[in-house]
Amino acid sequence: MTAPAAQRPVPDADERIRAVREAKEEQISRAEGWRRRGPLLPALIFTIVVTQVPFVFTLYYSTQSWNLVSPGSRRFVGLQNYVDVFQDSQFWQVALNTVILIVGTVLISVILGLLLALLLDRAFLGRGVARTLLITPFLVTPVASALIWKTSMFDPVFGIVNFVLSPFGVEQVDWVSRFPLPAVMVALVWQWTPFMMLLILAGLQSMPRDILEAGRVDGAGAFALFRELTLPHLRRFIELGTVLGAIYLVNTFDAIYMMTQGGPGTASSNLPFYIYQRAFLGFDIGQAAAMGVVVVIGTIVIATFALRLIFTSFTGKEEAA
Amino acid sequence: MSTTATEPQASDTTAPTSRVMRTARKRKNRKFNPWGVVAWIAAIGFFFPVFWMVLTAFKQEADAYSDPPKFFFTPTLDQFRAVFETGVGTALLNSAFATIVSTVLVLLLGVPAAFALSLRPVKKTKDVLFFFISTKMLPIVAAIIPLYVIVANVGLLDNIWALIILYTAMNLPIAVWMMRSFFLEVPGELLEAASMDGASLWTAVRELILPLVSPGIAATALICVIFSWNEFFFAVNLTAVQAQTIPVFLVGFITGEGLYWARLSAAATMAALPVVLAGWLAQNKLVRGLSFGAIK
Repeated sequence: MTAPAAQRPVPDADERIRAVREAKEEQISRAEGWRRRGPLLPALIFTIVVTQVPFVFTLYYSTQSWNLVSPGSRRFVGLQNYVDVFQDSQFWQVALNTVILIVGTVLISVILGLLLALLLDRAFLGRGVARTLLITPFLVTPVASALIWKTSMFDPVFGIVNFVLSPFGVEQVDWVSRFPLPAVMVALVWQWTPFMMLLILAGLQSMPRDILEAGRVDGAGAFALFRELTLPHLRRFIELGTVLGAIYLVNTFDAIYMMTQGGPGTASSNLPFYIYQRAFLGFDIGQAAAMGVVVVIGTIVIATFALRLIFTSFTGKEEAA
Repeated sequence: MSTTATEPQASDTTAPTSRVMRTARKRKNRKFNPWGVVAWIAAIGFFFPVFWMVLTAFKQEADAYSDPPKFFFTPTLDQFRAVFETGVGTALLNSAFATIVSTVLVLLLGVPAAFALSLRPVKKTKDVLFFFISTKMLPIVAAIIPLYVIVANVGLLDNIWALIILYTAMNLPIAVWMMRSFFLEVPGELLEAASMDGASLWTAVRELILPLVSPGIAATALICVIFSWNEFFFAVNLTAVQAQTIPVFLVGFITGEGLYWARLSAAATMAALPVVLAGWLAQNKLVRGLSFGAIK
C-alpha cells in the first residue's frame, strides 16, 4: 500500500514539471517566434497593403457601372461588365495582340540571347567591353529607347533602318505605321535580348568544363556536344528566362504608348494599354476594372500552368537521373 | 565572374601555381578567336541605336535630318542647353528623389525581412517567399484604377510621395529575394558562435553579418535604382507637372515629333545616362537581381 502511494506522486510531479517546462518552452518559443517574425512584419504588411488592397477594390469596382464623365450614374450591375467585356471583339483582338507580343518577343529574345551568350562564352579580345555594350539596351530608359526607335531608327525618310536596308532595294518604308505591332516588338526584342543573354551566359559559365572535355575526348562533334550536353544544362536557365521575361512583358506599356498609341485602331494595342485607354481616356472605371480582373485571372491560370510545366520538367529530370 | 566560374580550382591553389595558370590562360586568350569578330559585330549592332542617340544629341537639327545620315558634323551643346531651358531640371530632381528615397525604404524594409527569411527563418518561410514573388506576377494595370482613386482621395495626385510608396512596393519583392540569396551565403555558425561569445543578436548582425552582405546590399540598391528610374506606367498616370519624372518629361517630345530630333535625343540621353552608368557598374550582379537571386 505504501509503495504505490509513495510512487504515485513521483510521476505526477514529473508530469507537472514536464508540463511547466513545456509551457515555459512554448512561451519562450512564442517569444522567439515573434522575435524572428519582427524584422519580417513591416515589409510583409507594407506589401500586403500596397499590392493586395487595390485588387480588392478592382474586384468591387468591376461590379459597378461607373463612368467618371457622368457623375451620379454609379450603380451596382453585378456581372454585367464581365458580359460586356467578353462580348467586346476589340478586347479579344487586344488579348491576342498581348499573347503575340509576349510569345514573339520572348521567343526571339531567347534565341538571339542564346546565340550571343555562346559567342561571349569564348575568350576574345575586349570581351568585357563587348558584353558591356551588349547589355546597354536593357538599361536605357524604355521610354527613351522607344522614342529613338520611333524617330531616328524607323523614320521612313531619315531613319537608319531604311538607310541600312536601301542597298537591298527597300525604300522609304514607314515601318511604324505599316507594321505597328512588329515595330514595337523589334524595340522590345532589342531591349530584352541582353536580359536573356545575361541569364544564359550565367548558365554557360556555371557549366563544368570537364564534362565537355570528356565529351570531346570521346570524339563527339561540336554540334553533338552542344545538343547533348550544353543545351540540357542550359534548360533551367532558358526556362527561367522565359518565365521572367513573360512576367515583365505582360506589363508592356512604355513602348506602345510612345511608338504607336496602340494604333491604328487597336492593331498594336495590348491589354495594359487598352485598359489604360478605357480607364483614363474613356473614364469607364467599371469596364476597365472588369478587364483588369480578367487579365489577372488569365495571368494566374497561365502562370500556374507554366510553373507546373517547369516543375514537372525538373522532377522528370530528377527521376531520369 | 567568368574566370572564377571557368576555373574554380584557381582559388584553392597557392599563389605560384595560380600565376602559372594565369599565364596559361593568357596564352589561350591570345590565340585568335574568329568568333570574337562576330561577337564584336553583334555588340556594335546592338549598341548602335544608343550610340546614334548620343551622337544625334550633339547635332544641329539640320544635321539630324539628313539623308544619308551624317556621321561627321560640328558638335554642339545647343540641344542640351535647349532641353535645360524647357525644364528638365525639375524632372531630373523628381526622378532622383523618387529613386533614392524609394531605394532607401526598400533596403530598410527588405534587408530585415530577408534576414527573417534566411538566417533565422520564421515558420512558413516558403509561403511568405511565394507571396512576395506572386505580387510581381500580377499585372500592374489591374491595380492602377483603384490606386488612382485612392491617391486622388488622399490628395497625393501629382505628388512624388505617391510614386515613392509604389516604387517601394514594386521593388521590395526583388530586394527580399535577392538579399535572401546573399544572406544564405553567410555561414550559419557565425551567428551561433557570436551568441556563445555573449554578443547580442543585434551586435552580431551589425558587426558580423552586415559587413559580409554589404556587397549584396549595394547590388540590390543598384537594381532598385534601375527599375525606379525607368518606371513609366505609374508616373504617367499619377503625376502631371509638379511631380513628373524624367520618363514623363520625355512624353512631351512625341507631340513635337518630326521637328526636334536632336533636342529629343539630348533629352533621351540625359534620361538614360544615370541608369546606364549604374547598370554598367552593377553588371556582374545584374543577373542575380533580375532572376530574384535564383542565378548567381
